[in-house]
Order: sequence, then C-alpha cells, then structure tokens
Amino acid sequence: MPTEGPRARPVERLERPLDENAETRLHRELERTWYVPRGVVGWLSVVDHRTVGKRYIATAFGFFIFAGILAALMRIQLAVPDNHFLGPDLYNQIFTTHGTMMMFLFAVPVMEALGVYLVPLMVGARNIAFPRLNAYSYYLFLFGGLMLTTTMLVNSAPDAGWFSYVPLAGPDYTPGKRSDFWAQMITFTEVSALAVAVELVATIFKCRAPGMTLNRLPLFVWSMLVTSFMVIFSMPAVVTSSTFLLLDRLVGTHFYNPAEGGDALLWQHLFWFFGHPEVYIIFVPALGIISSIITTFTQRPVFGYTALAMSVVTTGFLGFAVWVHHMFATGLPQLGLSYFTAASIVISIPTGVQIFCWIASLWRGRPRYPAPMLFVLGFFAIFIVGGLSGVTLASIPFDLQVHDTYYVVAHFHYVLIGGAVFPLIGGIYYWFPKMTGRMTDDALGKLNFWVLFVGFNLTFFPMHILGFQGMPRRIYTYPSEMGWGTLNLLASGGAVLLVVGGVLFVYNVVRSYVAGEVAADNPWNADTLEWGTASPPPVYNFLHIPIVEGRNALWDRSVDAPVVTGIRSDCREVLITEVLDAAPSNKTEFPGPSIWPFLASVVTTAFFIGSIFTPWALPVSVIPIAVTLIGWFWPKSPEKDAPGARKSTELREARA
Amino acid sequence: MSAQRRVLDVSMLPDTGDFGHRGLVWWGTVGFMVIEGSMFVMVLIVYFYLRLKVAEWPPSLPNPDVGVGTVNLLLVLVSLIPNALAKKAAEEQQLSRTRLWIAVLTCIGVANVILRAFEYPALNCRWDDNAYASITWLLLSLHTIHIVTDVVDSAVLVVLVFTSPMTRRRFIDVSENSLYWYFIVAWWVPIYLVVYWAPRWL
Repeated sequence: MPTEGPRARPVERLERPLDENAETRLHRELERTWYVPRGVVGWLSVVDHRTVGKRYIATAFGFFIFAGILAALMRIQLAVPDNHFLGPDLYNQIFTTHGTMMMFLFAVPVMEALGVYLVPLMVGARNIAFPRLNAYSYYLFLFGGLMLTTTMLVNSAPDAGWFSYVPLAGPDYTPGKRSDFWAQMITFTEVSALAVAVELVATIFKCRAPGMTLNRLPLFVWSMLVTSFMVIFSMPAVVTSSTFLLLDRLVGTHFYNPAEGGDALLWQHLFWFFGHPEVYIIFVPALGIISSIITTFTQRPVFGYTALAMSVVTTGFLGFAVWVHHMFATGLPQLGLSYFTAASIVISIPTGVQIFCWIASLWRGRPRYPAPMLFVLGFFAIFIVGGLSGVTLASIPFDLQVHDTYYVVAHFHYVLIGGAVFPLIGGIYYWFPKMTGRMTDDALGKLNFWVLFVGFNLTFFPMHILGFQGMPRRIYTYPSEMGWGTLNLLASGGAVLLVVGGVLFVYNVVRSYVAGEVAADNPWNADTLEWGTASPPPVYNFLHIPIVEGRNALWDRSVDAPVVTGIRSDCREVLITEVLDAAPSNKTEFPGPSIWPFLASVVTTAFFIGSIFTPWALPVSVIPIAVTLIGWFWPKSPEKDAPGARKSTELREARA
Repeated sequence: MSAQRRVLDVSMLPDTGDFGHRGLVWWGTVGFMVIEGSMFVMVLIVYFYLRLKVAEWPPSLPNPDVGVGTVNLLLVLVSLIPNALAKKAAEEQQLSRTRLWIAVLTCIGVANVILRAFEYPALNCRWDDNAYASITWLLLSLHTIHIVTDVVDSAVLVVLVFTSPMTRRRFIDVSENSLYWYFIVAWWVPIYLVVYWAPRWL
C-alpha cells in the first residue's frame, strides 16, 4: 500500500443549495469542460459515451438492415421449389454473411452499444471509463463491419457458414481469401467487444454514484456486468481459433490439419466454447431490458430483485458449460455428452426463475401496455417456444434426428429474435425519448409490434415442421417432389410482413426523431437514474452527481435529495467509488476528445486487412501502431495532465 | 424546499486517481490481464489437446534445446527485483528511485527480447513442420508479443520520468506497468516449462 498517511474522507454537511444563477454558471462551465467537438476532425475525436453509443447503435442497426436484406433474398430464393433466383455460390455467401453479420456485427455490438450509452447514465457517472478506448473500439467495429459488407458487395464474401467449420474453411477446401475475411472480421469485432467489456466492468465497479451499493444496482446494469464478464472469458477462445485458422491459411501451420498432427474438431471446441456463451452475451442484456421495462410499466419495484440478479449471474456461469451440445453429432464419447445434456437442461432453470419473477411483477402491479411493454410480452410468447425447443434439442437422440435441419433454424431464430431482438426493439422504443428528447408514435409502435409478431411466427414456425420433414439447412433450392413448397411459401410470406415491420420501425424512429412530440425528462415515470436528468442528457450527464438512497433510485429519492459537491467543473474530473458499497474513494481526470484513437484504429485496420494478404503486414505496421498508441497516451502537458495535484497536496498538508 | 440540503463534500479526496484497486487504471490493467491470461490458458489447453492426437511427442522432431530459454527464464526471474523496487518507489512517490529501477527494469527487458530472438532457432523446428511445431511457435510468439509490448511501454515511461515533471499520475503509471510485468513473468514460468520440458516429459 502507498504510504500517504491516513486516507482523506468525504465530509457530510448541510449546505444552502445553489441559487438559479449559480446553477446556470455551473451548467455553462460543465458544458465548456465536457464539450463535444465539432468539425470533421472534431467529429472523429469524440469520446463521450452518448455520442459514441448512439453511433454504435446506429451502425449496428445499419448492419442489421443489410443482413435483413440478405435474409429477404434467401426467402425469395426458397419461396418455391427449383428456383434459380440465386445460384448456389451466391446463396452460400449470402447465408454466411447473413449469420455472421447478425451475430458479430449486430447482436453482440448493439447490446454492448446500449450498455455504452445507458450504463454511465444509470450509475450516475459523467462518462464511461476509458473513453478513448471506447472511441477506438467503435471505429474498429465499424471498419471490420465495412470490410465484410464490401466482400459481400463484390461477390467475394465468406461462404463456409457463420461458424466457418474446418476443414471446409481451411486452405484445402476454400482457396482464395473468403475465409480469411471471415477470420479477420472476428479479430476486428472481438478486439472491439473486449475493449467495451473492460470499460463497462470498470464503469460499473468504480464509477457509480455514492449510495449505489451493489445490491442497489439496476437490473440492466447487472445484466451488462454479467455480459461483460462473459465477453472477457469467452471471446479469447474465438480469437485463438480464428488466429489459428488465419495462420493455417497464410503461413502453413497445421493446427487443424489431421495429416500433420492437427485436429479439425479442435475448431468446433474452441468456436463453441465461445459460441454458446455468445448466445447468452446477446440474451442476458435483453433480460436487463425486460426488467427495466416491466418495473416502469407496472410502477412497482420488480418482484424478486435478488433472484433476478442471481439468475443472471448463474446463467453467466452455466453458459460456459454447455458448448458441446452443438457437437452432439460429432461422435464424441457418450458419457461426456450426457453431462452436456444435463447442463443444457439445467440452464433453463435460472431463465425459468426470471420468467416467474416477471409474471409475479405483472400479476401484482397494474401494468400499462404501451409499445415497449408489448414487445416484452412478445418476448414471453416467442422466447418460451424457443426455450422449449431448446430443451428438446438438449436430448441427444432427438438432436441427432433434427441436426442441421430447419428445426434448428427455427429454434435459434425463436431464441435470438424472441429473446433479444424483440426486447431490443422494445428497449429502443423505451429509451428513445431519453436518447433524442422526442417521443415515438405509440400507435405506430403497437402496429409495428403486431406486424413483426405475426410476421415472425409465420416465417419461423413452419420451419419446425420443415425440419421434421427433413429439410436440411443451407440448401439453395429443393425439388418440388419433396413436398416442402407450401410451408416454404408460407415462411416467405411471413418474411414480407417482417420486412414491412422493419420499415415501420425505421419510419417511426426517423419520423419521431425529426418531428416527434417533445419528451419530458421522465415521461414514463421510471425509476433509474438516467431518467433523472434532461432528455436528451446534457454533455456532462448530471449537474450534481446524485446520492442514491434506494434500489429504485428515483422513486426512493427523498424530497431534499443529497448530492455530491467538491468535484471540479473546470476539468473533466470524476468521482471514483469503491466496488461494493460505492463509497467515494478518489477522483481522477478523464481524458478529453482526441484524434489519436481514430488514427490508431485506421492503422490497426490496415494491419488486420494487410495480414490477410501477407505476413509482412506485421513488421510493416508495428511502427505506425506504436506511434499512434504512444501519441494516444502521451500526456499533453504536465499542467493539464494533473491540474489538481499540487492543490490537493497543499490541502492535505493544511489539514495535517 | 428546506433552506439547507445535505451534501457529500468530496473535495478532500485525492484527485489524481489512486494506486492499486482503489484507482481506475488498475481495473483496466487487470481487465486486459484477464483477457490475455484467458488466451494463454486456451493456447496451453490446445497444446495438451494436440498432444493427445499423436503417438509420440514431439512427432518426428528433435526436442528443443533448453539452454537459451533457461538463461532467459533466470533473467526474467531476476527482473522481479527491480520490478518490485520500481513499484514500491512509485507508490512512495520517490522520484530518484523510481527513475533508477524503471530504467534497470527496461534494460533487463531489452535483454529478454534479444535473448528471445535466439530462442526461436533453439526450438529445432519450423512452425509449418507439423501441429506440434505450430503450437510451440505460437506459445513462444504469444509471450514474445507481451514482452515486447511491455518493454516498449516501459521505455516510454523511462522517457517520461526523466524528461517531464513527475505527477502522481505518472507514478501510478509506473506502478501499473510493474503489475503488468509481474503478469508477464508469471506466465513465462508455465510457458517455459511447456515449450522446453513438456516435449521431454510427455
């Protein structure tokens, strides 16, 4: 421990509140300090979590739309038997890019993005921890996504499926660069996701407002915490596996080559050790969204807070113990497989606990049903079907019958769209007033829900039956004698409704953004801290850092709620608190806007893309990467670097 | 509204962050240590997984020579002393001792990197010989990337502690850098054993 004498402690006292003029002065100074830079360079230098978070969300939805168009193309192709709208090669590229984009460029990033925007506001902080890393991670995500999009547009997209199994994706069976683009897309998105995960953990553990002890953490923040830990422990596996793949393809290593002592199944172990937790990385934030929405629209503290929080944590742990259920058909030893059957069934228990807690909350509250709430109810209906088909798949004999059929396609779309996309769209409707200061059109939102709900079930329910009838996934067409035509046509009809629903959503969001009714600070009378500041929040988030007095921060707030003072407003000073009890510990200065993270991301991108083509990309880019990183961390000037150092030392000496 | 309201005045708290887990930087450092540690674990598991796939180990290749690697291991262990002293000096905000020990640490780090260059020929295989060779090269290289990164980081810190006025934040940086070096040293022990001795023992 440092030897600094007794630790300084915060002082509680009574103080006359600032008058209106002083509040205005404080507001102006904080606005100057936490400014969001303008101009092209300024635009690229932004580090505040609201702007970066909104860009992240918008970009992820951009990829969602692109991948959705690919899905629509597949439904056109499969609508009738013996169709030649798409050729087999293009179809392979399309389903691979659709899955890859939805999983790596939409589902995981959009959930983390929501965390980037909401978590600092929910815990009463002025920015996310490590804001420049946040900007860097966004640009890496953007560039990685654009790389994959470009390969699709120039007919050179990966075509070995979203999980890119070897040996198909290896050097022998996929010559050319398609698989390399896939593997390098992994590197981009995982580096970015890992960086965000570290930022979120640090923000949640160290930047909470005083009083927000861990057992008062909003459930959405709990879910982002668990998600972040799952990212930290699972994504290294996929980085490892995709690096092996790149090396096998680029420099002739033999990790997956059985002829030279490698092993093809190794890929599946590494990929699914990441891949199954990934499903929960997508699903767990949705649980947090649902808890937030249910609490608000029942106007009651949620039933079973502790059970809900602990279920999320349990899900986080169990998510790491089920990966082999993706590999039941690979001929692994039976005894081992039985364990994974058991684990896969056990993981439905914490989810069940949560669903019963929510039902209890709805039961004893007087729920209102605006659009966000309808999406939550839609989640219940769809996700429970997906969860049940998941339990059936955990049974090995059954799994072997339907393995790689449309039954599996139906199952994971019920789980992912029902479990994540419906809550997410509900969440967007719910937080839209906070993010933009405008209300969405609720009637249109409800219409949006019903169109999506009906469209979704029409599209995906028939796929269960198609799976039973033996229709394999990933076939680009089928002969009419198979008798799969009617159900496929029905599914494609449902897809039309899904497209209409998507258009309605975009229309509602865009129209509301431009001309929606102006939103109050807390239009839903919600309980979490983000609703305790203006809509949209000012650049500094909170004029006074609040002190949290209960689990439902805004509902439990006393009339003369206490606040924190003594944080400088002339520099980006923030309060750092303790992990468990959020007691004030010290203050630190957050870095301001900087172009270096953008430059570093450009150089990193050049390295990642260059290394698809030649190993020399590494030595060539080492120096530029080092230069940009050093530029990023180099202190601007000693005064700015620690403007308060001398003052606080003097203060301590004076007290002593 | 009452005339007075309760406030929590935090102006007395240290305002340039803090050492260890009280500060924010520590959490970033530890976060990345956990991520990179998970990668090391993954790669080590793959090593033993691949071992199970073949009858002899290393498959039709000579064992690596242990000489250079062992010298480097000893040197890395010796670096723990200046590392601990640099961390202590930084946390006590002792400028001259911080300067001395971070400089010594960086010099040893540079020597580690130079020795590392001689470890590759001592592996007695090329990365594309077979899966054993691939995983061995990868293990060594993964660790090399970490050593090089931290040596560059330490070198930048050396420049900063000698040229710019020292702030408390800079001392925190030195302390965090030492923490990361501990991490790198701690991983070298199992990786050294696996790279050089597992082929003999398995």
